[in-house]
Amino acid sequence: MPQADDIRARIEAAIPGARAEVEDWTGGGDHFRATVSSPAFAGLSRIEQHRLVYRVFGNEIGGPIHALSLTTTSE
Amino acid sequence: MSDQEQNPIRQAITSAIAENDVILFMKGTPDAPACGFSARTVGVLQSLGVPFAAVNILPDPRIREELSALSQWPTIPQLFHRGELIGGCDIVTEMFEAGELAQVLGVDPGRETGDPAEVAGVGPLQIENRL
Repeated sequence: MPQADDIRARIEAAIPGARAEVEDWTGGGDHFRATVSSPAFAGLSRIEQHRLVYRVFGNEIGGPIHALSLTTTSE
Repeated sequence: MSDQEQNPIRQAITSAIAENDVILFMKGTPDAPACGFSARTVGVLQSLGVPFAAVNILPDPRIREELSALSQWPTIPQLFHRGELIGGCDIVTEMFEAGELAQVLGVDPGRETGDPAEVAGVGPLQIENRL
């Protein structure tokens, strides 16, 4: 079962300069909410920013990670 | 493309996106959403008074597979406007709260969307006309 802290660490490791806050939304280990900021997001649309984060998890999204709700900023 | 000939579901999805100005792929239906994220997205569109077509992806798992492969977006719901992916629940909500969504969707009651009845008969893709 994925943990919020694992998800945070994986986002920060995969996206340059990223800082993430992740919470387990339901406590069930499958619905997470993340706020991610990274200079790598600069100039990207919201769609592209979210895709970068989703790509960190590939097929896990929709699988073990049922939902990963995102807020992204380029700061 | 031969890929499309062999893949009626992807073809139906592509046509549905092309033929409907605003189309939402969701879990369940606007009247009976099967997921909180889909429900919230429907609520946003309804509060804007935007006519939209809706596709329930639940009846056949291939709809979601093909849709995500096409859109490069892993989660449901997915909102499209004039062939472009706007986003899922987070982005739609964020844009709505920022007042951007009405602008992007060009809320214009005079404009007609495509005829979803045309698409409704294709494979397992059922489109509910929300006009």
